Amino acid sequence: MCLAVPAKIVSIDGEKAIIDTEGIRREVVVSLIPDPKVGDHVIVHAGFAIQKWSEADVAEFNGLMDEMRSVEPGAPGHGPHE
Amino acid sequence: MNKRIEQVYALFAEAKQPLKFMEVCGTHTMAAFRSGLRSLLPERLSLISGPGCPVCVTANDSINKAIAIAGCPDTIVATFGDMIKVPGSTTSLERVRAQGGHVHVVYSPLDALDLARKNPDKRVVFLGVGFETTVPGVAWTIKNSAETGVANFSVLCMHKTMPAAMAALVSAGPIDINGFLCPGHVSVVIGSNAYAFLAEKHKVPCVVAGFEPMDMVGAIEMLLRQIVEGRSSVEIEYSRSVTPEGNLAAQRIIQEVFEPCDAMWRGVGRIPGSGLKIRREYAAFDAELIFSDIAIESDDENPACICGKILRGVKTPYDCALFARQCTPSEPVGACMVSSEGTCAAYYAYAKKRGA
Repeated sequence: MCLAVPAKIVSIDGEKAIIDTEGIRREVVVSLIPDPKVGDHVIVHAGFAIQKWSEADVAEFNGLMDEMRSVEPGAPGHGPHE
Repeated sequence: MNKRIEQVYALFAEAKQPLKFMEVCGTHTMAAFRSGLRSLLPERLSLISGPGCPVCVTANDSINKAIAIAGCPDTIVATFGDMIKVPGSTTSLERVRAQGGHVHVVYSPLDALDLARKNPDKRVVFLGVGFETTVPGVAWTIKNSAETGVANFSVLCMHKTMPAAMAALVSAGPIDINGFLCPGHVSVVIGSNAYAFLAEKHKVPCVVAGFEPMDMVGAIEMLLRQIVEGRSSVEIEYSRSVTPEGNLAAQRIIQEVFEPCDAMWRGVGRIPGSGLKIRREYAAFDAELIFSDIAIESDDENPACICGKILRGVKTPYDCALFARQCTPSEPVGACMVSSEGTCAAYYAYAKKRGA
């Protein structure tokens, strides 16, 4: 399962960091991304940060969420098909 | 109507043919169902689900091996949650646990390593299941246990790599895939260049998609545009995470700890070079070697199960005699029903009946 919600680095200790995802904190390894810093937005998979997002990336993500909320489910189309 | 979806309809009309796009990522499968995206698309534009759920493509033989290890004395099996319900030939990790076997569900390989540190008198075996997204973390964990002298930790390596499987799908036939929605986080690690051969040699358009429903609509729009313009190339819709080169540090650690090998994919068979095994330098952490002499049940799958054809995208769950009858999420027969990201589990949850 891929979780594509950005988390924020709140502190760093060597290869590990504490991240915050919508209020939930946990320890992850940040040595697989270049130059991790407190305040960076990161994508985490099974305890490892695998990518950084810029502020613009986070804004794009929020825009997509808003756009989806504006779509009426089931408007056109014909139900699930093969 | 949403502008992106209008674009999809306009381009689909221009393409003038029924089209099948395959997504090869369990999270895409789930996102498409959960959001209702499938019902928003033109009727003759189908999304088919390929072998993108790592649990679902794990061969029965591997499950039997994990079950046998869980039955060994002084041994703890640590695994991602989806694996515990997968039926082997006669039992599952969940049933072994109910009978007193030590099976722990973990969120990360790091938790398995912690378990080994806290239980020095037990052998802790992590079940390494997953594609390139998961592999760097497992590689880091093996390396870290070597560096910090944790001798009772090992990994049963069942990892697989995605591009080799996609190559096998397009060269095996008979499936007509008009485009690939390439997996988002596998591509974060390997980079979109890894799919170039699919577009160049096999002439299949490829777009790396993000996980929001609107990402997927955007990627479908990009695939349609390639078809309308008569070209096949690799493009990135999920540009906030994916680059052509990928995550180089993650690629380096994968290569340091693992090497390619042939792998068995449930329902697809043996695919050359599509698996990973632990390098000799890290042999002390290879559960395959540590438990090489245990007895493993023979490899029997239910003959009526068509998970294999579903994973190749040539059948849907509606074509299966077991689906929603003998095979349900609480009593799964095939792996595609077990994992919450499996195609059968997704159909069961969101579209149990054809046209529902």
